[in-house]
Amino acid sequence: MTSFHVPHPASSILSPPPALCFDGVTFNHEEQVLLGPCSFSLEGTGPTLVMGPNGAGKSLLLRLAHGLLLPSQGQITWSSDRCPRQAMVFQQPVLLRRSAVANLVHALAVNNVPRRTRANLARDALERFGLTACSNKPARVLSGGEQQRLALARAWVLSPQVLFLDEPTSALDPAAIKAVEAAVREFHQRGTRIVMTTHDLHQARRLAGDVLFLSGGKVREHTPAEAFFNKPVSREAQAFIAGELVE
Amino acid sequence: MENNAFYVALSLLLNFDAALFQIVALSLQVSLLAVLIAAVLGFPLGAAVALWRFPGRGGMIVVLNALMGLPPVVAGLMVYLLLSRAGPLGEWGLLFTPGAMVLAQVVLVLPILAALSRQKVEELLGEYREQFVSLGMSRSRMMPTLLWDARFALLTILLAGFGRASAEVGAVMMVGGNIEGVTRVMTTSIVLETGKGNLPLALGLGIVLLALVMLINAGVYLVGELTRRRVG
Repeated sequence: MTSFHVPHPASSILSPPPALCFDGVTFNHEEQVLLGPCSFSLEGTGPTLVMGPNGAGKSLLLRLAHGLLLPSQGQITWSSDRCPRQAMVFQQPVLLRRSAVANLVHALAVNNVPRRTRANLARDALERFGLTACSNKPARVLSGGEQQRLALARAWVLSPQVLFLDEPTSALDPAAIKAVEAAVREFHQRGTRIVMTTHDLHQARRLAGDVLFLSGGKVREHTPAEAFFNKPVSREAQAFIAGELVE
Repeated sequence: MENNAFYVALSLLLNFDAALFQIVALSLQVSLLAVLIAAVLGFPLGAAVALWRFPGRGGMIVVLNALMGLPPVVAGLMVYLLLSRAGPLGEWGLLFTPGAMVLAQVVLVLPILAALSRQKVEELLGEYREQFVSLGMSRSRMMPTLLWDARFALLTILLAGFGRASAEVGAVMMVGGNIEGVTRVMTTSIVLETGKGNLPLALGLGIVLLALVMLINAGVYLVGELTRRRVG
């Protein structure tokens, strides 16, 4: 990801997100294959929910797609010439040791957004995610739900074409989960391509456009959400939906 | 009464003893300037070692850590040789001036600031790395962010450096020469007065030095705590 100019979110109608293509991708660690080989292509508008039991490789897949990790074999490509603008929200939000608004301003600064527009963009994003009252509070003393919303606001100011979310609600209470899901929908409506991991079936039913199901480091199924929840094809997905303990 | 160190210390202070104030002022000037220069060089150096992988990095970390224990007289000797008339920097004519004392203390303090900030920045980087890469930050862009986010730890490290600078006597004695009115500082005059057998004065000076160091530490602690409470 190189630096880029971020358009003003209010005026941004994002261009259609490019498709992400995994071609024979594996990820090994110390001779052990942790993921793959997997080949699939994420097209359409999503949101794509990456599902599967713990240790299935969901987080790995997301980190590979976002470019935080490099595949041991295979290729990950985007259908566009240039890598799309992307952002990622982690399970544990990583926030800087400064105020909430300073966290957003920092993200804008490192992406070369002109200095005079930063404060306004940051304020708008805080307002959108209901964080205006926390604006000047130290980011790291905010509650878990507020911290995750701040991480989402930080992604929002960057107007990403693709947003990766790695179990963003796994440590939150229902009210905070609701706020995060509402934020995810807002991103989706703005035209940001969502790729999100979860192991919560109910959450997936609420959000998913299509589902990528993993178990044991392999992609077992990639189908529209409707089909996945009603007629899963793979044995692993059938067991997962039926609530059995899948490894 | 004249033989009581506290009485001597107090009367020195209350009488606004001109010689004492000159000594105190020079001590502070030399040590604060040395710490400032060492910080400007040492913090980015520590952060750079934390951020970049290069051949000899492990060796460099070991050397920096080891130099934290560099004996002041050895640092003094090195700077002495460097600045003496026949030395490579002899032409500067710095030997037996406050400038030479600052240089010697920079040599002493720099490894402390670099080694400890390297450790702290590396720790923070471990926590922030994925987010930084996600934001598309280059290593050189990460450096100022990490240094700023480590600011409270760096303040404490700065104090450790100042403590080292203000407390040492070997280096400033060798390159400064303890010349009255020119290069005499607190520590060198304590050594001198002890040598002359003027123990109450030596002890009195010691008490003044201690009080000064405590005052500066308290001030920095207070500023640090207040901002910490505000910023978290």
